[in-house]
Amino acid sequence: MSKDYKDMWKGLGLNIDAHDGLLSVLTNAYTNIYLSQKERPKGMSYFDFVISEVHGLRIEELLNAKAKGKKIIGTFCIFVPEELILAVDGVCIGLCSGADVGSDSAETHIPRNTCALIKSFIGFKLSGICPYVETADLIVGETTCDGKKKAYEAFDKITGKVYVMEVPNKKSESDMRLWKQEIRQFAEKLQAVASKQITPEKLREAVRVVNEKRAALQRLSRLRGSDPAPISGLDALLINQISFFDDPVRFTAKLNELCDELDQRVKDGRGVAPAGAPRIMIAGSPMAIPNWKLHAVIEAAGAVVVGEESCVGERNYRTLLDDKFDSIDQALEMIAERYLTIDCACFTPNDERLDNIISMAGKLRADGVIHYSLLFCTIYMMESYKVQNSLKEKEIPFLRIETDYSSEDMGQLKTRVEAFLEMIKGA
Amino acid sequence: MKRGGIDIGSRFVKYVVLNDGGTASFYKSETGHNPLSVCKRLISSDKPDKLTATGYGRHLMEVWDDIQAITEIKAVARGAKEVFPRCRTVIDIGGQDTKVVSLRADGRVLAFEMNDRCAAGTGRFMEIMAKALGYAISDFGQVCAPDNDGNITINSMCTVFAESEVVSLINKGVGREQISRSLHLSIAQKVIALSKRVEVNEDIVFAGGCAKNRRLISMLEDSFQKTIFVSESPDMLAALGAALY
Ligand code: SF4
Ligand code: SF4
Repeated sequence: MSKDYKDMWKGLGLNIDAHDGLLSVLTNAYTNIYLSQKERPKGMSYFDFVISEVHGLRIEELLNAKAKGKKIIGTFCIFVPEELILAVDGVCIGLCSGADVGSDSAETHIPRNTCALIKSFIGFKLSGICPYVETADLIVGETTCDGKKKAYEAFDKITGKVYVMEVPNKKSESDMRLWKQEIRQFAEKLQAVASKQITPEKLREAVRVVNEKRAALQRLSRLRGSDPAPISGLDALLINQISFFDDPVRFTAKLNELCDELDQRVKDGRGVAPAGAPRIMIAGSPMAIPNWKLHAVIEAAGAVVVGEESCVGERNYRTLLDDKFDSIDQALEMIAERYLTIDCACFTPNDERLDNIISMAGKLRADGVIHYSLLFCTIYMMESYKVQNSLKEKEIPFLRIETDYSSEDMGQLKTRVEAFLEMIKGA
Repeated sequence: MKRGGIDIGSRFVKYVVLNDGGTASFYKSETGHNPLSVCKRLISSDKPDKLTATGYGRHLMEVWDDIQAITEIKAVARGAKEVFPRCRTVIDIGGQDTKVVSLRADGRVLAFEMNDRCAAGTGRFMEIMAKALGYAISDFGQVCAPDNDGNITINSMCTVFAESEVVSLINKGVGREQISRSLHLSIAQKVIALSKRVEVNEDIVFAGGCAKNRRLISMLEDSFQKTIFVSESPDMLAALGAALY
């Protein structure tokens, strides 16, 4: 970090000792996993910088924005429309936490067999080490999986900042009516919090910003379809994780610069692993920052991760939003429709996800799919069986992994992944 | 050319050397707390021209001397196929994992399943239970009560809970032969459950240290209703497969 932010952290009420501990673990992990990679694109230096300033400069930016009257809105799920947040001049921050921190304190509010992601966001807050939660003016939850739905009750008790949107479980007409109503209410809530009116111009601008960000992420995904892959899965995952908390306009510009470099690599036939290295696609639960565990294992074994069918990945940027609306009412309808195309496992029956996985595996030229679920993430664990069957029909090799953020299963995880790669190479 | 295969397991290091004349030498030593030194000792006692490592400690060798490593799944499949050319399924109960590997007709791995992260139903589980009942692990299979003698079940597969179940059964006065039988049954059931997730085709080969246990073999044969093949040194199959790689 370029300067000393201790006072800023103290001002936010962080637990300085615990926070120092987190930063040093994070820095170590980053050095070992990221900076040791070979053939990294130059454009990654921006993202390295963002990580080095994740609790520094970025928080300072948020505090400056707050001082100018902007509101910081924390979210946990890609169902919360960033467009609406930007339309009230707000800043949208994805709060998902991907490290095993404060689980024991989290367990005073939620049961032990809760998924690691939920435990982590509660643990982060209780340990006083998340400056984003402290900076946020409003934290938006949603009724997706049971774990999160109930955890928001506890989280609201601890933070007093939680607003919950109701996401339906099906996609019928009545569900769509409910969801449209939720979107309208959320727009009202944001306007009240920010004391600002959403105007068509503002909304159109917000849609443009978010579309451009998603288009840049799509571009990155297309580039990963080349063999040899021009960028590692670890780096691409990191970029996707950063897309949730960086300034969207700057992020998009930097990502497009990186993609220009990757374009050139593809033309030169240059990659991070030799052409023909096994290409793995991941499908399943989201990997919140700094959860790099599975990618690290796969890439250390000589394969490349070429895509994430996940919310920190394809599910987030698959669909753009049409900006041809004449009124706010119409725009809100279009937003509701766009967001209800998301194929999260919290929906039933959600068969579109199976088609999306098959088509992604084809586009990315994946040699195999690893279905990843966090332990106790029932919805993705359940769907993994459907995914397995539909991949079997297409004769795409499949491996199911259930894990969490701890490192106690590393040995087994390596054996499973390496045996899977041997299987693919032998085929 | 002498080809060596070394299988660094959680409990034992197994080392196989295939000599030019077609004979094979087998070595085995406890893994202990310094597996690398155990490996070095074994290797220097019978130096191969080419060496492949496998087992959970395989990367130790890679880091030490750039020795190629393959997983125990591939290795055990290769070893089993060598000894039993018609092998299509391998059940491997090792020290810390239980695996079921399904092979294609040509011997390549088609699919595999492993136990979850804990020691449930593994060799380690067997050892701890044998100890709790006061048996040597080598006798454990021979001391079970026959099937028709009472009906005790051990419900818990967690090593710690199973041990306390065993203790409470002992305190209730249940014979240790009966308890042994139910422990064996619970391991067999665990293997059956795991094998349901892959295709089980014949021939079925049982590998790993636990394959020396006659009672476990007969219980598995009863459940599968199929013959189970066990080689003379079932614990050496992965090391053999590595040597052949
Ligand atoms: S997996 Fe579902 S609930 Fe979780 S972030 Fe994604 S859309 Fe939201
Ligand atoms: S990973 Fe699964 S269980 Fe955890 S919050 Fe997301 S959907 Fe819920």
